[in-house]
Amino acid sequence: MTLEELQEIKAGEELARSQKKKSIHVCVAAGCMSQNAEAVLNTIEGQLKEKGLAKEIDVKGVGCMGLCAAGPLVSIEPENRMFQEINPANAFLVTDNLEKGKKTTNDLASDSPFFKRQYKIVTENCGVINPERIEEYIAFDGYLGLYTVLHDLDQNEVVQNLIKSGLRGRGGGGYPTGLKWSTVAKAVGSKKYVICNADEGDPGAFMDRSVLESDPHRILEGMAIAAYAIGADEGFIYVRAEYPLAISRLKVAIKQAERKGLLGNNIFGTTFNFTISIRLGAGAFVCGEETALIASIEGGRGTPRPRPPYPAESGLWGKPTLINNVETFANIAPIIRKGADWYASIGTETSKGTKVFALAGQVVNTGLIEVPMGMSLREIIFDIGGGIPGGRKFKAVQTGGPSGGCIPEEFLDIKVDYESLTKLGSIMGSGGMIVMDENSNMVDVARYFMEFCMSESCGKCVPCRVGTAQIYDILTKFAERRATEADLTLLEELCDVVRNTSLCGLGQSSPNPVLSTLKYFKHEYMERIQAEVNQE
Amino acid sequence: MAANGQIKIFTLKIDGKDVSARSDQTVLQVCRENEFFIPTLCHLEGLSNIGACRLCMVEVAGQRKLLPACTTMVSEAMEVTTTNDKLAHYRKMTLELIFSERNHTCSVCVSNNHCELQFLSQKLGINHIRVPYRFPKFAVDASHPYFILDHNRCILCTRCVRVCDEIEGAHVWDVSGRGIQAKVITELNQPWGSADTCTQCGKCVNVCPVGALSEKGRSVAENTKRSGFLPYLTARRKEKI
Ligand SMILES: Cc1cc2nc3c(=O)[nH]c(=O)nc-3n(C[C@H](O)[C@H](O)[C@H](O)COP(=O)(O)O)c2cc1C
Ligand code: SF4
Ligand code: SF4
Ligand code: FES
Repeated sequence: MTLEELQEIKAGEELARSQKKKSIHVCVAAGCMSQNAEAVLNTIEGQLKEKGLAKEIDVKGVGCMGLCAAGPLVSIEPENRMFQEINPANAFLVTDNLEKGKKTTNDLASDSPFFKRQYKIVTENCGVINPERIEEYIAFDGYLGLYTVLHDLDQNEVVQNLIKSGLRGRGGGGYPTGLKWSTVAKAVGSKKYVICNADEGDPGAFMDRSVLESDPHRILEGMAIAAYAIGADEGFIYVRAEYPLAISRLKVAIKQAERKGLLGNNIFGTTFNFTISIRLGAGAFVCGEETALIASIEGGRGTPRPRPPYPAESGLWGKPTLINNVETFANIAPIIRKGADWYASIGTETSKGTKVFALAGQVVNTGLIEVPMGMSLREIIFDIGGGIPGGRKFKAVQTGGPSGGCIPEEFLDIKVDYESLTKLGSIMGSGGMIVMDENSNMVDVARYFMEFCMSESCGKCVPCRVGTAQIYDILTKFAERRATEADLTLLEELCDVVRNTSLCGLGQSSPNPVLSTLKYFKHEYMERIQAEVNQE
Repeated sequence: MAANGQIKIFTLKIDGKDVSARSDQTVLQVCRENEFFIPTLCHLEGLSNIGACRLCMVEVAGQRKLLPACTTMVSEAMEVTTTNDKLAHYRKMTLELIFSERNHTCSVCVSNNHCELQFLSQKLGINHIRVPYRFPKFAVDASHPYFILDHNRCILCTRCVRVCDEIEGAHVWDVSGRGIQAKVITELNQPWGSADTCTQCGKCVNVCPVGALSEKGRSVAENTKRSGFLPYLTARRKEKI
């Protein structure tokens, strides 16, 4: 592959597009796929053929359009007219209304705040390109970033770019990506690895899955740029086996990239070699923790080990290893293409760029959104999310999944970034955001997440293995109104031990849902302390 | 560990006292050399360290989190605190959690008076357990001709797993299950007596800190253990290479 060939592919795609009058996009990401999107795609194709429009109108399956709850979603481009809840029986609403004008019952306002308030970097191609065609990725400047680094930048310049961009890891910890790359780049050793963490185990989170299903080449390009920067020639993507569609699209993408010489030996005619293989995780949440993930790739039991040494120094098979999250890698190519300064201009002082959230729970618009860092919770929940359904009152929003906390109404105007959420006793985490209304009971929420941590604990260290089970039992006593004052004291003490002495992040952060609900909704615990004890 | 095998000598402070250490030593090793007491259960000299029991947690100046002494390597000018009220509290709570997990009825245990868990509890002044006992139902595996495995007493330190894998080289033992359901297994969760890979060397029994592994025919309080053989064995092996 050369730059000219890359540009030729892009020009070819643009020519093909200009020869079609319109293009119909059908979302074929997992959410819509599970609601029969494949049949919708086929029906629309059939109807166009009948109408003799097959030549002028292009139909294609694309990645996630975001509003998953209203799927299957279909759009007519270039005017971006969107339809919701399309099935084979009402697909004619799309094909009969190809010309502007007549509104249908299934029209979806594509200029609503849900779409307009978003800022897409990571998901810029989601819902736009066919994820199974590398040519479409290239048509949107795909692999141009890789070309640029290989030809115009030395390794240190790539790292410095990343440092300047201010990008932080999207896997939960928010560790500065540039700093991590520079550490691995400096680590001693001729063999190094790049790992993409696509284990995404938080209940309700599907940001990474969506990116992998909608735009897999973006991850391959990000990993290749990272490999060049740190001096690695081999990469692994660790995906959970529960993501069959993402896995199959990744496989297709890797094959296409290899065939085009964008992975393999002498990429873009340089001395840079890089291969990527896929490893499947068996669905243990803890295997998303980096040291457990590495143990799992090595073929061992997926249990964390104490750090230091960090993977940057001693990772996969004892070699220096860079491990980043899917969304982190998805930001790399745009940063190279558009520049670190551009990226650093988005977001807050300490948290740059955008964040993808999976909006769920008691909110009108559930689905996947990408917003600039620093947007307030209120804007996210009420403008983009459309508020609470049924006129009920907002009570709290849970961020960060089982490692996060519940934030009450008084902090809705806080600007979302890593620091602000941590200060409130929650975390950014990987991007789960669950909205709760006045009917939800915070003890139950805490108990739900503690049950998750208890059953996902690997069982290696005492505080997490036994502590989470004990905390769960106490929360059950609260839920059943059998708790006493002594239970409350013990609950607080146990949370403290588990947080401060557990081996890995799973244990250390597992008390967060309890601690944050104790902080903001203590009365709900107090109400559940046995009446007679209360009166003593 | 120092790069390219070069060992350096460091000076560090433990509880305010200056001590010297080799760069390939752990904080625990240096503390023990200098007779600072740090409780441990999963650690055993001669086996790899895994940092699982969390009893050896210490404070290191400049570190936000507590660190396990058994897996933390020394560094120049490190300042370690081995004991204070908070650490003592966490250690007690951790022991209480261990006691609450399974069925540790000392008075009828083969290891009564020879048990590391019992010893540490006495040493750390534990006189009652505030964390509710979980009373799980666990089986006893008596299928082996010489030894008995009683899951009710197991604290999941995995010393048996490591000694069998790292020293004996048989890898009969492993851990199966997650979280509170985790337990040690022999071979692919087959009865120990049917494990062809078991060489019947008894190393696991001798390193088990509690009464989970014992020799057959021992009655209450008769299960004495010899774990001192390990450092000796590893040292002799190193000499040979
Ligand atoms: C229990 C646990 C689960 C985790 N699961 C994931 C995961 O599913 N995906 C992920 O990217 N990071 C996960 N992490 C964080 C990783 O350990 C690691 O920090 C991350 O992959 C680094 O990438 P980043 O710097 O790009 O965020 C998890 C951490 C813990 C403690
Ligand atoms: S904190 Fe939990 S998940 Fe992490 S090592 Fe300990 S037992 Fe395993
Ligand atoms: S059987 Fe003994 S040595 Fe093995 S894990 Fe249990 S307590 Fe530790
Ligand atoms: S002895 Fe260090 S964690 Fe067990």
